[in-house]
Amino acid sequence: MNSHVYLYSAYAAAWIIHIVYLTTLVTRYARLKREIAELKKQ
Amino acid sequence: MTKAFPIFALLTGILLSYALYMALVGAPTEQTMGDVQRIFYYHVPSAWTAFILFFINFAASIWYLIRRNPTADIVALVTAEVGVVFCTIVLVTGPIWARPVWGIWWTWDMRLTSTLVLWLIYLSYLILRRFSSSGQTPVLAAALAVLGALCVPFVYFSIWFFRTQHPQPVMGGGGSIDPRMLHVLLINWLAFSCFAFLVCWSRYRLEKVQREVEEMQALESLRDTPRSVR
Repeated sequence: MNSHVYLYSAYAAAWIIHIVYLTTLVTRYARLKREIAELKKQ
Repeated sequence: MTKAFPIFALLTGILLSYALYMALVGAPTEQTMGDVQRIFYYHVPSAWTAFILFFINFAASIWYLIRRNPTADIVALVTAEVGVVFCTIVLVTGPIWARPVWGIWWTWDMRLTSTLVLWLIYLSYLILRRFSSSGQTPVLAAALAVLGALCVPFVYFSIWFFRTQHPQPVMGGGGSIDPRMLHVLLINWLAFSCFAFLVCWSRYRLEKVQREVEEMQALESLRDTPRSVR
């Protein structure tokens, strides 16, 4: 296999891992926002 | 602090883009391995960043065990989580680099195995924090983190004391590196360190608010409970 395939795969994998983690943070932020809104309603 | 966040995020974005450009284009091509050696500029800074985060986790855990300080507990949790993300990148980019260079994806040598064990220790730390609801969880987690941190120097120095497939360390291990490559490596490390700080900052704020909301929910449920039940 071409060495460039390995190079770009490694860089892509690194950023995919970061993006997946950042997405979980955004999801947690959204859930927390909903919970705060519900608490304010009560 | 809140106003500084977008400015710091923008600067980190610019630095990461520049570091990526330098890693892919600016750095000289290594003679033996060719372009695949450029994985080094993501693999090594990710490992260094993970080690620093695990060290902060260790210091915060000690601080929590001595003082029972909630801020130290949050710092420990946050740095372990982000450290695991960076350690995952090390464990993924390593085999992708090893395949064309060594001809194998993985070998059970001391450096690779100890890194995997380190990752598993901090993963179990996060699982403990996530699924245990006992009041003693932060104390148990802090104790586990202190033991886990002992593994960090072992991982780092394993290539000094054991015969391994893994190359010698870039700095302080007798290995030599082209100054232009070292320059690109340090730029990438700076970029990843800034990025890690930014993510830890966001995660810290999230955890703080999360704990406040949980406290409010507990108070709310206590208020809703009928007096006879209380």
